[in-house]
Amino acid sequence: MAFSAKQTFYAALTSVLIAGGAASSVAQADTTLLNVSYDPTRELYKEFNAAFAEDYKKQTGETVTLRMSHGGSGKQARSVIDGLEADVVTLALAYDIDALVENGGLLGADWQNKFASNSSPYTSTIVFLVRKGNPKAIHDWSDLTRQGVQVITPNPKTSGGARWNYLAAWGWAEKAYNGDDAKVRGYMRDLFNNVPVLDTGARGATTTFVQRELGDVLLAWENEAFLAIEELGPDKFEIVVPPFSILAEPPVAVVDKVVDKRGTRKVAEAYLNYLYSPTGQKIAAKNYYRPISPQYADPQDLKRFPAIDLVKIDDPLFGGWQKAQKTHFSDGGVFDQIYQPK
Amino acid sequence: MSVLASARRPARVIPGFGITLGFTLAYLSLFVLIPLSTVAFKTIDMGWSGFWGVLTDPRTQHALYLSFGTALIAALVNAVFGLLIAWMLVRYTFPGRRLIDAAVDLPFALPTAVAGIALTALYADNGWIGSILHGLGLKVAYTPVGIVVALVFIGLPFVVRSVQPVLEDLNLDVEEAAATLGATRWHTFSRVILPAALPSLLTGFALAFARGVGEYGSVIFIAGNLPKVSEIAPLLIVIRLEEFNYAGATAIAALMLAISFLGLLAINLLQAWNRRRTGGE
Repeated sequence: MAFSAKQTFYAALTSVLIAGGAASSVAQADTTLLNVSYDPTRELYKEFNAAFAEDYKKQTGETVTLRMSHGGSGKQARSVIDGLEADVVTLALAYDIDALVENGGLLGADWQNKFASNSSPYTSTIVFLVRKGNPKAIHDWSDLTRQGVQVITPNPKTSGGARWNYLAAWGWAEKAYNGDDAKVRGYMRDLFNNVPVLDTGARGATTTFVQRELGDVLLAWENEAFLAIEELGPDKFEIVVPPFSILAEPPVAVVDKVVDKRGTRKVAEAYLNYLYSPTGQKIAAKNYYRPISPQYADPQDLKRFPAIDLVKIDDPLFGGWQKAQKTHFSDGGVFDQIYQPK
Repeated sequence: MSVLASARRPARVIPGFGITLGFTLAYLSLFVLIPLSTVAFKTIDMGWSGFWGVLTDPRTQHALYLSFGTALIAALVNAVFGLLIAWMLVRYTFPGRRLIDAAVDLPFALPTAVAGIALTALYADNGWIGSILHGLGLKVAYTPVGIVVALVFIGLPFVVRSVQPVLEDLNLDVEEAAATLGATRWHTFSRVILPAALPSLLTGFALAFARGVGEYGSVIFIAGNLPKVSEIAPLLIVIRLEEFNYAGATAIAALMLAISFLGLLAINLLQAWNRRRTGGE
């Protein structure tokens, strides 16, 4: 009967799941470190983890196994708050690490002073990915609100990357309209009127643009844009670097409560410090992140990062993450107002 | 003692009413009632005015309207075509029947995100179904129609698997008797087969509907997620969570629970009325 076939299927499924669980628990010998990160760092940490494990063994003779968790930055922060034992977090924006301080006091409020340059060993920015030949002639933020231009960006409520997109656009509009609030809001409204799909994460938006061929321009992390081109061939897409954008600082931190409980503070700190080392910086640049110590990076890699005018989140324009979050992305904030009838 | 002994309850073949009742209550509490009550408690946190604010927010209203509306349409579609599929699987034998029978369960087994991505790839303007529809001027992916498509996919097994065993029990002789008594084909269907299948069809419909209301994983890929256009209520809940606004999230969840409860209650009343009307068991 079909029923017994079904039973066999579920039995098989269960045994596969159990076998999978057993296999992954075998890998937990020696010291393990869990790095909870956001979506587009997959490739970076794959390479970096291998380099760190090798170096750490050479320095101390200890074997360290690194485990990664990737996902939308906000969702990852929530997992850690809800009990995922992350030794270190490497998220898309400082606000999400602040959330770990506020909800559960998982680390000290001064976490951003623990490592150099605001605890951001690499930076990135927001650029435009357009279709080959740039058929809609998109060069600057002003082109995004033209009629007939479709812009793909994820929902800033659910995606850390999208918040950088949004704030870069806002920053540009503030400069372009000399801080005229009504005009800035008008620009943002026009911009989001041109957004046909609001994906929940950066990778989802990339898929919509690249695979579904929807939209004329994708607002993307610089490294994500390079990765898309690398994976899909430069014959289909090209990167347009606007003259003005935002300095995106994806910060890193040791989760005090977890490392003290698990006794992994030493290796966790070594891990994050290694990001600042010549090797770490070189790997970051190779994976399309802008290194904070460019002297260690391969000059060939550095050529890919054109110098542009970058506004910082600490600029009075935004007043840091806490304020920017409250103004723009809280319930009923500026972003919600965009979708309310005038 | 002797009084108790003489007033013995009627013996059952398998004893254990007390134990099973206790187990049922404990089980339901652990997995259903306690988790659901935390929704209520978290919502109470925000107070009446906060809850009223959520209730009257046009964006929340639209999301709820969209979630329940698309789930209703999808469940109706599934009720019609699920009945047809169940009928075909029960009444006819043909090569590959077992295969089709097994395929009906696939939406149960498939991770919903996979379903969502696959459906979006098919129904997007450059997908192979989507491109044909696009030529006809129809847009499915990234519109509410896309949500219905995803929910039809998710809900189909509920209807088929509810109706199938009932149809299997329905003897052919009943149809033959109806025919010999002079019933037309339509009469046989509407007066003989449908009343027998109706309770299970309603059950399947209710299950598909309830599942569709809460569906997140597959819908999120195909919906487009534009506020007040294609933003479903579960996404709004996720957005509230991203704001670390747990009370706001549970308020919407509580609303959804209340509406779902009313919907399921209505279906149950319909079932009871139907039983009375047909004088069935």
